[in-house]
Amino acid sequence: MVRFAKILPHEDTNTPIVVQGITVAYDGHHALDNVSFTLAPGERVAVVGPNGAGKSTLFKVMAGLLPPTSGSVSLFGGAPERHICVAYVPQRSEVDLSFPVTVRDVVLMGRVGKLGLFRWPGRADRRLVEECLALVGMTDLAERQIGELSGGQQQRVFIAQALAQEAQVMLLDEPFTGLDVNSQEDILAILEMLRRRKVTVLVSTHDLNQAAHYFDRVLLLNHRLISFGPPAEVLTAQHLNQAYGEQLRLVETAEGVMAFSDTCCEGGQEPHEPNR
Amino acid sequence: MSPIVEFLLGPLSYPFMVRGLLAALTVGIVCAVLGTFVVLRGMAFLGDALAHAILPGVAVGYLVGNGARGPLFAGALLTGLFTALSVGALTFRRQVREDSAIGVIFAGMFALGIALISSVRSYTVDLAHFLFGDVLGVAPGDLLLTACLGALVLLLLLAFYKELVVMAFNPILATTLRLPTRFLHYLLLSLLALTIVLSLQTVGVALTMAMLVTPPAAAYLVARRLPSMMGLSAGIGAFSALSGLYLSYYVNISSGAAIVLVCTLIFGLVFLFSPSRGVLRRRRHGPHSPKIDSTPLAP
Repeated sequence: MVRFAKILPHEDTNTPIVVQGITVAYDGHHALDNVSFTLAPGERVAVVGPNGAGKSTLFKVMAGLLPPTSGSVSLFGGAPERHICVAYVPQRSEVDLSFPVTVRDVVLMGRVGKLGLFRWPGRADRRLVEECLALVGMTDLAERQIGELSGGQQQRVFIAQALAQEAQVMLLDEPFTGLDVNSQEDILAILEMLRRRKVTVLVSTHDLNQAAHYFDRVLLLNHRLISFGPPAEVLTAQHLNQAYGEQLRLVETAEGVMAFSDTCCEGGQEPHEPNR
Repeated sequence: MSPIVEFLLGPLSYPFMVRGLLAALTVGIVCAVLGTFVVLRGMAFLGDALAHAILPGVAVGYLVGNGARGPLFAGALLTGLFTALSVGALTFRRQVREDSAIGVIFAGMFALGIALISSVRSYTVDLAHFLFGDVLGVAPGDLLLTACLGALVLLLLLAFYKELVVMAFNPILATTLRLPTRFLHYLLLSLLALTIVLSLQTVGVALTMAMLVTPPAAAYLVARRLPSMMGLSAGIGAFSALSGLYLSYYVNISSGAAIVLVCTLIFGLVFLFSPSRGVLRRRRHGPHSPKIDSTPLAP
């Protein structure tokens, strides 16, 4: 039946995000197997693992897009389906980029949930949209049609949309995939800005080097949670072997473990850079 | 009187022609505006199938009311809503692929409709009217009904505009914004059913799809924003309806077909000459639209 969900406000943004024993099974095959972890608000976490390890599935469960077969997610003390404060920024390939909307329109869409039915965006909403555009450096291109932008710019627009949504948890699905180095740096700068705004950010990435350098903690996933903690503790030869198996070659050097991967992100062609 | 004025006003001396023009205009605009969502959400096949599937309802209404318009529209509307909602229910959880579900249900319904109508002796003439429309047979009461239902569709689209746009652009976003996605899905399907019933008399079951899809598809090639796409689409729909009817008057061809042919011609011209996505321009400027290099971030 048609249900109108009642959206819960959350007063206490200090309550941690708790993922407890999540299992997602499709036809007997486990996409996620008993995954549990707890996040502190404002934390920045890299989610790494081989292709098909369940990274997108984890995000979809956390965003309330997919009900888990068992287990539960609690965002600031409530189920994700009742919260508007979690944004899922999909891979660019999942969005129709030929849609006739401008950058500003796309960001304004983030306000639709908060506005509620039968109300049109007012001056405060428009001001917030301008702020969000400025935060990701897209003010000058606000009138462009979304498909006319480069991949990095599109990614920034979707983050601005999540900001307009006033999301306190952002789940970024492979935001770096297919971006050049400059655009990747732009996104990393935006992640820094999000940290200052106390937004909890989970980023799925294939780049172990980035995961090691720019994130508070790393969540290594291959259907089950292999390891979760500070990068130095997670990205060890033993853990990486457990997660990637044959897909990753590990070389012990004086400076640490070198990892070479011949798998690649969906859609990306370039081979992986060696990672420390 | 100058020949042009006479050309334009001539047909208007017949009241049935005036009613036909007004009905066609309404249908042209309503279809074109709703069709914007149909095109953007990739529901063209569903629209066409739905148009065919209301035939058994039309037939039952026709048999019950002995040809009167009221029961006929009621039957069409009920069947349209029923099938739209049942396809929505069948595919919402994706147990059945949507295109398969549509194919199965709607072809069956269409066959049932033809079977019912063929049980009456005079069915060929009537069937032709349902299939291809009979815009010149619009009675004053029909016109009022068309106008009211058309206004209802446009009002509901306006009321849920921002939610429907989010749904069309990115259903995942609609869910994380906690919009009533299922309600919006059924709302759009119901509006589609309503609009198809509206256009039954103007262009008929077989050609309704063109009114829903062709004007917005042409507008899509030109417009950069949704409101302009809708406006342009409505303009193309209205112009096609009017000029198609004049064409049918002067050249003496079927009115529904004439309207759709004008639509198709406009689409063809836009496809060739559109400044942004047109084929000819593309050929001159290379296959790729220009991408802007990344700009520095604001401090």
